[in-house]
Amino acid sequence: MSDRKTLQIKQISAHPGPIPGLGVQRDLEVCKLVDTTTCIGCKACEVACVEWNDMPFAETTFDNTYQTMPETRWNFWNLIKFNEHQREDGTIQWLMRKDQCMHCADPGCLRACPADGAIVQYANGIVDFNQENCIGCEFCVSGCPYNIPKFNKETKKVYKCTLCSDRVGQGLEPACIKACPTGCLKFGSKEDMKMIAESRAAQLREHFGYENAGVYDPQSIGGTHVIYVLHDATQPELYGGLPKNPQIPWSYTVWKWLFKPVLGAFSMLGLVGVLLHYVTVGPRRPQPEPPKKED
Amino acid sequence: MPTAVERFDDKARAAFDRIGRNEVYQGELQRHRVYTRFLHWMVAVFFFLSLFSGFGIYLPWLFRWFTPLFGGGPLSRALHPWFGVLFVFFFALQALNWLKPMSWTKADSAWMRRLRSTISGEEKLDPPDTGFFNAGQKVQFWEIVIGCVVYLITGIILWAGARTFGPIAVAFSYILHDISAIIMLGGIFIHMYLSTIGEPGTFQAMTRGAVSEAWAWTFHPAWYKEVTGRDPRRAYEEARQRMEAGRSK
Ligand code: HEM
Repeated sequence: MSDRKTLQIKQISAHPGPIPGLGVQRDLEVCKLVDTTTCIGCKACEVACVEWNDMPFAETTFDNTYQTMPETRWNFWNLIKFNEHQREDGTIQWLMRKDQCMHCADPGCLRACPADGAIVQYANGIVDFNQENCIGCEFCVSGCPYNIPKFNKETKKVYKCTLCSDRVGQGLEPACIKACPTGCLKFGSKEDMKMIAESRAAQLREHFGYENAGVYDPQSIGGTHVIYVLHDATQPELYGGLPKNPQIPWSYTVWKWLFKPVLGAFSMLGLVGVLLHYVTVGPRRPQPEPPKKED
Repeated sequence: MPTAVERFDDKARAAFDRIGRNEVYQGELQRHRVYTRFLHWMVAVFFFLSLFSGFGIYLPWLFRWFTPLFGGGPLSRALHPWFGVLFVFFFALQALNWLKPMSWTKADSAWMRRLRSTISGEEKLDPPDTGFFNAGQKVQFWEIVIGCVVYLITGIILWAGARTFGPIAVAFSYILHDISAIIMLGGIFIHMYLSTIGEPGTFQAMTRGAVSEAWAWTFHPAWYKEVTGRDPRRAYEEARQRMEAGRSK
């Protein structure tokens, strides 16, 4: 990959035409790997994210945990979720998970979005919001299985993690990766990250006694471009509410792509019906009608 | 309770009659007074504004060209709920105004059973017990009443969004909002047709507010009888004979 190229677009929200340049060049799918087992909760990634994206200050909330605030915000895209988990044997485990956009292969936000070009998916897997095209309807918020897009009441636009598409487009790694001191964050091709994640999970199972260790890359949404290594992959909910089987609401899948046009056409039957009535049966006039002219 | 509504309606009708005019010529009957007509056109204007600003959000890949009419996507999205609120507001006043003539009767059930022959044009004259509004008009009215309730509830949920009501409520509301719009639009096509070219002589009921007597005894015979005291069928028969006589001269 040349280190200076424009990211090739793969999908555009609410867009009628073809996608220029798609399939011309081969593109690697990128991936961020988060190893929750080596995260120390230092929050360097949170700071790096705010810094690189030049965000205005976001007030923090102290709730007696090591978590900066309850959930991500329009100007705070990267949050370490913290959970003090008590295991069956009574021992305590601190679970830290870096919460941000998952860059789903099948993005619910993009499916839900009714604004042309407000959400794009690049061929490398990054899902990006283009605020200049956003109409502020917030449908993406309800389409997202991870509660990621956040609305800004002042600008009436929605914001989220870009996976540093601006950096990645220039051949750099995302800001959070660069800041991580333990190496629990890694960035590379999806294939490579998947391999590293699987071997780490195997190591956890075989040498550290985490029998259920595994990789989180949910196939219900075609996989994600942010994947996790979890000590217990059977209970992703423990990690700040990571859904085990994320789903896009069917109102954005079946309804939007099938029933909307079909039923919309159905209401046009009203129009067709009355026109047909006019030309076949004809209007009903007040009676008595003057007799027709004979010739 | 109903008396309060009636008092309000009477006041509004009187006030609007002072502002606007009711033109009724010889051989005509007063049908809708100024207040009713004002409400009707407010409802119609805000219905179409809501419809067109909603189109671009409903099927963007097909109806993107509607959004520039409202100053682009963000403005369409911002205006649409307000258009909708005004539509519901004016229709609510209209509903109060029309509550009485819109109540369902036995005659209406009978009218519905004869729908087929009405549509096929076999029935030139509506049944003698057809009152101020016929059953078809009442169905349309009550459909809009239900539709407005659905719009209002689901619309508020969509307006405040998933951050207030949660993703499931939004995803569900949006389907009901669509269905309501689809049904109403289909009905409005029929409504626009019947009130203009489908039943000539109807449109003036909502412009000047008056209709011809022939229109009244043809489409709303019981109402004709109520306001003139004459028998609608006899009036029709006499008019027919007058017309025949005129022709044989
Ligand atoms: C440009 C389009 C429209 C035209 C030409 C039109 C015309 C008329 C006319 C002439 C009447 C009187 C019928 C009578 O006296 O028997 C009427 C009644 C009525 N209009 Fe409209 N209208 C239009 C749009 C709408 C819209 C958009 C709505 C509501 C969404 C609406 C709702 C009603 C209702 C509920 C009635 C009373 C019941 C009925 O006649 O069906 N109209 N309209």
